[in-house]
Amino acid sequence: MREEILRAENLQKSFGGLRAIDALNFAISQGQIKSVIGPNGAGKTTLFNLITGIFPPSDGILQFNGQILNGLKPHLIAQLGISRTFQNLQLFANMTVLENVMVGRHTQTSAGLLSTGFRLSWMKKEEREIEEKAFAELSFMGLEDKAALEATSMPLGEQKLLEIARALATYPKLLLLDEPAAGLNIRETEKLCHTIRKIQQRGITILLVEHDMSLVMEISDELLVLNYGRKIAEGPPREVQRNREVIAAYLGEETGDA
Amino acid sequence: MRRKDLYALLLIAFLIVLYPWIFEGNKYFISILVFLGINSIVTMGLCLLMGYAGQISLGHAAFFGIGAYSSGILTSQYSYHPVVAFFVGIFFSALVAFFVGKPTLRLKGHYMAVATLGFGEIFFIVFNELIFLTGGPSGLSGIPTLTFFGQVLEGTAYLYLVWGFAFLLLIFSLNVINSRVGRALRAIHGGELAANAMGVDAARYKVQVFVLSAVYASIAGSLYAHFITFISPSSFGLMPSIMFLMMVVIGGAGTIWGALLGTAVLTSLPEYLRGLEDFEVLAYGGILMVVLLFMPQGVLEGMQKLLKRMKKTAKRSL
Repeated sequence: MREEILRAENLQKSFGGLRAIDALNFAISQGQIKSVIGPNGAGKTTLFNLITGIFPPSDGILQFNGQILNGLKPHLIAQLGISRTFQNLQLFANMTVLENVMVGRHTQTSAGLLSTGFRLSWMKKEEREIEEKAFAELSFMGLEDKAALEATSMPLGEQKLLEIARALATYPKLLLLDEPAAGLNIRETEKLCHTIRKIQQRGITILLVEHDMSLVMEISDELLVLNYGRKIAEGPPREVQRNREVIAAYLGEETGDA
Repeated sequence: MRRKDLYALLLIAFLIVLYPWIFEGNKYFISILVFLGINSIVTMGLCLLMGYAGQISLGHAAFFGIGAYSSGILTSQYSYHPVVAFFVGIFFSALVAFFVGKPTLRLKGHYMAVATLGFGEIFFIVFNELIFLTGGPSGLSGIPTLTFFGQVLEGTAYLYLVWGFAFLLLIFSLNVINSRVGRALRAIHGGELAANAMGVDAARYKVQVFVLSAVYASIAGSLYAHFITFISPSSFGLMPSIMFLMMVVIGGAGTIWGALLGTAVLTSLPEYLRGLEDFEVLAYGGILMVVLLFMPQGVLEGMQKLLKRMKKTAKRSL
């Protein structure tokens, strides 16, 4: 059994009377690709927001590499090595493509207001490094030609790749991808599948929320199926696909396709 | 620093060195450029706060006032050395900005505007009512001019002093802008959610840049006090706060050069319009309205766009 990187115990999140996440237990092993699937409103994005600290859990424990995440602010969680993309793109529209990725280097660098203002020499060195490493991530995602463009002037597919590049620039241990294939065409999705594998090969653990079932089934080591905030199945894709409850809740009882 | 910034910096430095020579040391023209330098220091800080970090302040004249009154009171009534008074003003402004910024910067948009407006008003009242220190509404007079080795700094010498400060702060600002911190500020402006997710401590940076802009305003205030040697609360109320904000917005808050251009336009515009006498305010308001209607991104970007379009039509007609 490989080491667990993230662990949720009895995790709960209520919004008023609604239980968006209900008594959820699961773990992600180091280096695997785990996908969270479930119908709309199952609590997938809520789960992401809990892990990244956008709001605190109502109950239960979230552990990352043995450290409790409960109550940590988002920027601290990012510093611990959890990075994410967003379902609705959250690129910095006021910056270029390269600058967006350079922001991703924030956690790995340290220059403050005074050292940047007085342009100390170590800071200049750091600045060069930021640019090189950001550019390397852009190249990794195949966007090196677009570096000087305004981020939001690119087509949607490339903006999604840019979000991944920005997240990778933080050198995460755990990468959360929220519907990276939504809005992509078949060819772009294939390329994305390949890219996600390459990210895994870098030793980065991936938690994926995705509606594209063929992508999910092909790429995931394990699935976590949610419905109304509860876990209804967990395990390798083949097993989950045969699970009756999953078929009923998610794929639909009669038609059986997705 | 980027090459373009460097060229702009050199050009402005050249013009300023030449300016007193062109106007043959004319006191009136010198004083306009001194005020432009003082206002520029305030608007540079405000531009970092508004244009880059995306946080509004309608109370910056209060920090300008804290600097001016610190210098004014300490040098005229307690005969402190101006340099000491200058740093007391900076310290006090930073302190106030920290404690005001901490809670108000959690607010967004209009709420932040109203909160800073309220804070500015409070200080306006303090300047008015603390009569034993500030002299109240009738003002504080007898602020000494600055001397340098027995030489009184006035006219051209004071102009160079003010612009020396302006340049140092401009370089500091440009350095910050083109760095990790500058990107963090712009990221906060672009989307706080994503900025936080990238590890940017948005709350902390917002307070930092607010404090920095307050320090700029305080420096400007000290320079102002020693230049005109008489200060009264009306220079530090709501109108001046809005004026500073307008300078940033009219020129274009997106870049520090825009803010400087706006400052130049709004500082000199009343001088051009003086001949209109009673219609001055009308013309002033009209010009502002036209600019905001047709160049919502500010004069700098508006002119750049206009230039591009002219080039295009010129090419087409060839």
